[in-house]
Formats: sequence, structure tokens, C-alpha cells
Amino acid sequence: MFKIINGAVYDPANGIDGLIKTIYVQEGKVVAEPLDDAPIIDAAGLVVMPGGIDLHTHIAGPKVNMGRQMCPENHYGGIHKAGRVMRSGNGVVVPTTHLTGYRYSLMGYTTVFDPATPPLKARHVLEELRDIPGLDKGFYVLIGNNHFVLKFIKEKNFPALKNYLAWLLEMTKGFAYKIVNPGGLVNWKSGGNTLLLDDQVDGYGVTPREIIAAAVQANEELGIPHPIHLHCNSVGLPGNFRVTLDTMGTIEGQRIHLTHLQFHSYGATRKGGITSEALQLAEYINAHQNITTDAGQIVFGPAITMSADGPLEYSLAKMAKTKWSNYDVEMESSSGVVPLTYKEKNPANGVQWAIGLELLLLIKNPWQIFLTTDHPNGGPFTAYPSIIKLLMDKDHRDECLARLHKQTPARTILAGITREYTLGEIAVVTRAGPARILGLKNKGHLGAGADADIAIYRDTADREKMFAAPEYVFKDGELIVHKGVLLQEKAGRLFRVAPAWERDFPQTLKADFERYYTISMSNYEVEEAYLLLCEVVPCL
Amino acid sequence: MIFDDVVCTFCGCLCDDLQATVEEDKITNLAHACVLGKGYIMAAQRQSEKPRLKGKDVSLDVALDAAAAILHRSLHPLIYGLSSTTCEAQAKAVELAELLGASIDSTASVCHSPSDLARQLSGLSSCSLGEVKNRADLVIYWGCNPAETHLRHATRYALMPHGMFVPRGRQDRRVIVVDVRRTQTAKMADLFIPVQPGYDFECLQVMRALLHGEAPEQEIIGGVELETLKTLLQEMKSCRYGVIFFGIGLTMSSGDYNNVVAAIELVRQLNAYTRFAIMPMRGHGNVAGAEQTLSRLTGFPFAVNFSRGYPRYGPGEFTAVDLLVREEVDAALVIASDPLAHLPFEAAKWLQQVPLVVLDVHENYTSRQAEVFIPVAPCGVAAEGTAYRMDNIPLRLKKIIPSLNQADEELLASLKERIRCLK
Repeated sequence: MFKIINGAVYDPANGIDGLIKTIYVQEGKVVAEPLDDAPIIDAAGLVVMPGGIDLHTHIAGPKVNMGRQMCPENHYGGIHKAGRVMRSGNGVVVPTTHLTGYRYSLMGYTTVFDPATPPLKARHVLEELRDIPGLDKGFYVLIGNNHFVLKFIKEKNFPALKNYLAWLLEMTKGFAYKIVNPGGLVNWKSGGNTLLLDDQVDGYGVTPREIIAAAVQANEELGIPHPIHLHCNSVGLPGNFRVTLDTMGTIEGQRIHLTHLQFHSYGATRKGGITSEALQLAEYINAHQNITTDAGQIVFGPAITMSADGPLEYSLAKMAKTKWSNYDVEMESSSGVVPLTYKEKNPANGVQWAIGLELLLLIKNPWQIFLTTDHPNGGPFTAYPSIIKLLMDKDHRDECLARLHKQTPARTILAGITREYTLGEIAVVTRAGPARILGLKNKGHLGAGADADIAIYRDTADREKMFAAPEYVFKDGELIVHKGVLLQEKAGRLFRVAPAWERDFPQTLKADFERYYTISMSNYEVEEAYLLLCEVVPCL
Repeated sequence: MIFDDVVCTFCGCLCDDLQATVEEDKITNLAHACVLGKGYIMAAQRQSEKPRLKGKDVSLDVALDAAAAILHRSLHPLIYGLSSTTCEAQAKAVELAELLGASIDSTASVCHSPSDLARQLSGLSSCSLGEVKNRADLVIYWGCNPAETHLRHATRYALMPHGMFVPRGRQDRRVIVVDVRRTQTAKMADLFIPVQPGYDFECLQVMRALLHGEAPEQEIIGGVELETLKTLLQEMKSCRYGVIFFGIGLTMSSGDYNNVVAAIELVRQLNAYTRFAIMPMRGHGNVAGAEQTLSRLTGFPFAVNFSRGYPRYGPGEFTAVDLLVREEVDAALVIASDPLAHLPFEAAKWLQQVPLVVLDVHENYTSRQAEVFIPVAPCGVAAEGTAYRMDNIPLRLKKIIPSLNQADEELLASLKERIRCLK
């Protein structure tokens, strides 16, 4: 039990924008009733926000571990010694599991979601998530290239599709559905891709458009709190903004989350380079409240791209002439890992950098776009404070833009954008917004009943320094960080969603499962042993 | 009582369709297992029961205290083995290594570690075994002999199964074996290509050169006619989905990781023509898991040292054989392995000189020389946990019979607590 007094509270979900207000905490929750005798945290001169929420960060599972295994060269820079509380670790771009949790906690983040789990690898994801302390977590299950999903869509058997999707969340203990390059990964297994929404998916006679439409409808009918989390077709390709526009149009007003939009906002130069089409996409999103997105901002320096989008990673490896890993997952998905370095003087990288910021600045409603780097694809999550500074400080932004390749300003419109984020808007794109679109009622705000996940920052002019080193971080009401020092390792929850399905439905999967999978169907479901502190988030 | 879909823990295939009949806490029958898996699991239930200190039976408490004292006293302990236990136990072993400032290494270090080094240089284009089952119309076994080591690999995953795009099973696949001698596996192949020992690298590099449009001058490379390599390459380019399984014929022959790099790069080049994958044939049941566990916790798959309080990586420096040959460690904890039987003589010699703690299901050559031996519950039989198949698919090992012994995971946790108390 304690109270935080004198702090400037930024709690946009409750309409509070910098008001000096006392926050009362009891038994891990924010409470409304004044607690007169409670110990006091004096937050004079400090900014009080809900804990940060990252809804798209690759922090656990096979791709992430492949990133570690492939790139020992970027571990020595991120050494972390074992201490009284902390485990040791390393990794600049892809930290080891415990260190991932520490670094998020040290920035004031308290909830994160891994966005791309093939069902067969759910145990691996859960093993790593179980390691990561200080954070509540969950993961999204890949469905856009899954045999049964495509089969039921082809058969126009919508009840079976819904049953299957619900059953799949039960098997994996996932939180939401992720679609990566719908249909394209199936085609990749025979060397192809699907670049446009009406391309055919090999062997299934369906199109990406049909997959997206059916998945969105099923997701909404099942009442999954988070909308379909979509990585569009044609990622990274010049001119791909047209596919992105087509995708948004095909949804017809239903909820959807388009992830790492920066990678999907490219126009094309005559020589095959990229230009920014952020304005067109932002205008579309400004006119359509049903769409949310996250930035996928790139950060100059080393990154490790890792995606279920196997054909993307292959083309990246060819382009960058660097090492390449690919992994095709039977019946379900594909994936690839390629290390990259984003360079200020590279014209394409400069445009990418500008596009992420343009999207964040041109999409007017901060509740529709969230801050991500698609960690570690655009760069590590530890860069968030530096991106916040770019959003809040136009002069700083211009200085950075001036350092880029000389063609960058001509291919983008960033220089002409004067908007600067307020602290309240930062609180939306890093906390309140993600919590709302994830359907987490106790997260992302500081009203009565909220989990007492609280980050308190010193209100300094240099916003990067401010957000990189909170004065206090509370997780479920317990102080875990004070003045840049981690005080304790606290286990976090696993959030999952459990829609209903018909009990005899799995029988219909059995024949195909036994014929085509290489594990027994009875060994498919993730066991209780992996679910420490599991909390089921109710369906809508 | 019948247990269905039990996971076999013997080799990297981790077949998960075994049916165990248990009567009076004993497995009396094990259906679907291969002869190696069956022998391994049936033997696993005949566990040793008495912990031992300096040759005398002692209580578990006394044994754990003695083990804790040995490891606590040591300036540079080695933790070794790990490939035949659960990921949960492996994670505990890493915690212990961190606490002790120890070096930790798995049996991969004398097996597929060159594949790890190659992956660091080139990446790896791979797939799950189900993609092989469903898609592969060309399967190449290079420097491995699954007919004698992974007995169900061909029948369950790679050659025989009727898959989605290879509906007639073996009839729809082309099978090629490349090896230094005509193995049992070669007898299953449509084509066997004998390579002179030590010349895999040359053959692979020549194939890469051919793909680049170069014309090598020699007509025979490593005992293989150039024309044969050209034919092989043509088959690789023209299949729909090809896969190379490679074994320690590539990793532990001269050239080691260079051989694997050449194979991986060849596969990468082939993806410009068709889809091609490559997969190491992992030996021990959970050696793939040891790499996953070490990687997630330390960033590195093997050869990790904690003497500076953070994980450092040093193949050739912190690998078990090198540490032992250079006499750099002064105590060792061996988990689920028999290094005295398997390591090179010079390494084994030093291992016999240092105080040794062994955790294993059975007595083995190493345990007999150990100062402290602690018998454990066999994982997948009397202990639960996670194991990764050779294609890195994680499976849950089941507990189907009780054991008087504790599992590695519990024992390592209590060992850690005891050492913490000594600090």
C-alpha cells in the first residue's frame, strides 16, 4: 500500500493530461479511495504514467534464438554481469531472455507481446517467455498460411474455420491471431510468393484477399479482444503502398491492425528505389477509425531482421549479401533471419527512417498508431527513448534528417512536418493505445482497478534521457526499478484468450493431422507446465 | 496401463508415437520404438539407486553436500554433458555455471558444434521434418548413416512417408547417399557416391563453382568423377524441394566447419533455382535442446564460460576437450553423459585427475571414476520436461513410471542452493 503524490499524471485513457494528482495503490491495484496513512512516494517534478506496453516485439522463440545463434558478433557489445538480483546476459540487438526483461523494465515497460508464433513452436516461445522477468506477456499465433485455415476457406466452411481457430488458441495458449504475408509462405515453399491480394495460393485455390476477409470475420465473431494482426503482402517492396491500400479497403470497415506499417508504405522510383507514400496511407487511416497500426520505425545501426515472411528474408539476404537462415514449418508457416545494418547514408534506409516518423506524425489520432521498431527488425526496442525524442523535438528531427543521404529529403515529406508530440500523446502511443487495442482493461491506465504498473520519469528537456531512465518503475504495485537500478526479479503473467469451440470438432482434423504432421495430435497441445501465472482475458 | 504417444528420448528423431504398457510401475512392453530406442528406454528403468561418495553408498544429502563442496572449492569447474536431459535441467545447469563462474559445454562440442560455427558464418536454410515428409522429392544423406544410428528417420520422416506432394512415398523421391564407404544407408539409395575420406569440402566447393558457371580442370575430385558431380548438381537444381541431411562425416572430418559452410552455401545457391534445405542429423535425444537452452540464456550454443560473471564464448578455448587437454579445469560436473568413454585420451586423462561429480541414470565408465555419483530419474520415462527434435520442434517428455530418484532438474536446483549457502 502506498500513494504517489505531487506527480504530473498522464493517463490519457481517463482523460488526464499532466494534472497533479495522487495515485493510490493497494494490493497491486490502483484504487480510488484515499489511503491516508499509506507510505508516500513524492513525485514532485516527475511525470507519472502507466507502464509501457509493446504490442509487437520479437523477444521469444525459434527465430529470436536463431538470431542469437547466428550473430555471436553482436553479443559482446551488450554484456551484462550477474548481480545480486540479476542474471547475466548479453546481446546488443537480441538480448538473452532475462536481459530482455531487465531492459524493458529499465525503460518503464511492463507488458509486451511476441507477434509471430507457429503453433508447433509454441512450447519454445513459452520456454523463453517464462524466463523473461518483470513483464506481463502474451503471443500471437500465425494462421495466414496454415493448412487447415486455407482448406476451410477454400471449402467455404466457415463454422469449421471458427472452430479451428478457437481450438488453435487452446492448443497453443496464444492471445491473438497473426497473419504474415497471407498465402505467400505457402507459395514460398515451392519458390514463389503472393505479392498482390488476388494472387493464387498454390494448391488451395484461394487468394490473400479471401484469407484476410475470412480471418477478420472469424476473429470478430469469436470475439477475440485484439483484431487480426496483419503483416501485409509485398513487404519491403518498392510500390507496395498500393497493396497496403488495397488491404485496408478490402476490410470494409471491420477492425484490423496493420503491423510495422513503415515497411508497407513505399512508392517506387524509376530505378527501383523507394519513396515515401506515408501521406496517402496516413490520410486513409485518418478517415477510417477501424484501422490501427504500429510504426515499425527503423533505427540506424545493427538490426537482425526476423520474420515469418520467408521470401522477404531470402530477398533481403540476396540484396545485402549477408548470411541467411530460413526455416519452413510443416503445415503452418515459414520464417527467415538476416542480420542488417541500417545506415544514415544509405538512401533507402534514410527513406525508411523518415517514413516511420511521417506515419507517427501524419496519423492524427494517436490511438490509431503505436510506437514499435518491430524489434529487432527495425532495430532494438532499447531505441524507443531516442524515437520519442524525435517525435517531441522538431529541431532535433531536422538535425538528424540533415545527416542523411542527400536524396532523402526529396523522397520524403518529413522536413515539412511541424507537429511535435506532447507527453500525453506519447503516453497514448506507448501505453494507453496498445492496451485498448489489445483489449486489456487493467492495463495502460491509472484509474481505479488498473494493475499498478506505473512508470515515473523525471521531467527533463532531453526526452531521450527522460524515457531511458525512469526514477521509479512499479510492477503490480511492487517497486522493481529505482533510479536506474533493478531491485527485484518479479515473474510476470501470461495473457491468453480462450474462445469456445465444439468439443467433437478436433475429430475432423485427425485424418489430415495424422497424414501430414510429424508429431502426434495428442502431443500438439501445450502443457500446463509452461503456463506460470496464466490469466485468461475474456472474449468480447 | 497403456500410455500412447510417448516420446522416445534416444536420438534426435524424438519419435512421439511410442506405446508403453506399464504394469506394477514397470514398462513391460514398448510398441513402435526402434530397437535402439526400445533398448534405451527399457534399460532406463533399471536405474541405479544409491548415491555414492568415494566408492561408498551414502544418502542423497551427503552426496549433494559433497558435490557442492567440490564445486564450491573449485577455481574453474567444467559442467559437461546435457544432451540427454531436459531443457529444464539444462537451464538449471546454466544457472549453476553462472553461480560458479564455470565453463559449460554440451556433447555437441564433439559432434555438431562445427555446424554451429558454420551457421554463424552463413546462416542455415532448413525446415521441419514434416516439410521433408510432405515435399522433399530429393533427399541426400551426406556423411551420415541413419540406417544404423537413426533407425526410423527414413521410414517415419524422410524417405518412406506418403506426403502431401509426394503421395507415393519412396517412389516419388530420389535418394542419394554421399559417404566415404558403402554404409547400410547407401543400400537404401538410388545413387551412392563414394568420396575419398577428407575430400567432402572439395566436392562441395566444385559443385558451387559449377553453379557459378566455372569449369574445374580436374576430372576427378576426391575420388569422384566430375561428371558425377555435374549429374548430382543437375538433380539438385531440378528437384522441387531438396534436402541434405549431414552428419559427423562432415563435421568431424578434416575441414570440419568449412565442410558445413560449403554445404550450406551450396544449398543457399540452389535456392535461386528451386527450394532446398539442409539439416544436421542430431545424435542425442535433446542435444538440439541443449543448444536452444544455452543460446537463450547465454547467447551462445556451446563452449560458454562465466568466470567474468557474464557469458563468454570460446570454441577451442572453453570447449570441454580443449579445457581438459590444457589441464585448465580443477573439477567437473558431468550430467547425462559418459565423457571418459568418449572423449579423446588426452582429455579423458585429465578428467580422471580432477574431482568429478556425475549425475546419470546408470553407472557408466565416468561414474565409476567419480568422487560423487548421484543416480537420477530418467527423463521421458520417470521425469518430465522439454526436448527439441533434430529440427528444433519442442516436445514434452512424459513421466510414465515412478522413480526413487529425483530428476536432474531438481538435483541441480538443490545443488545450486547448497553452493549458494557455502558462498
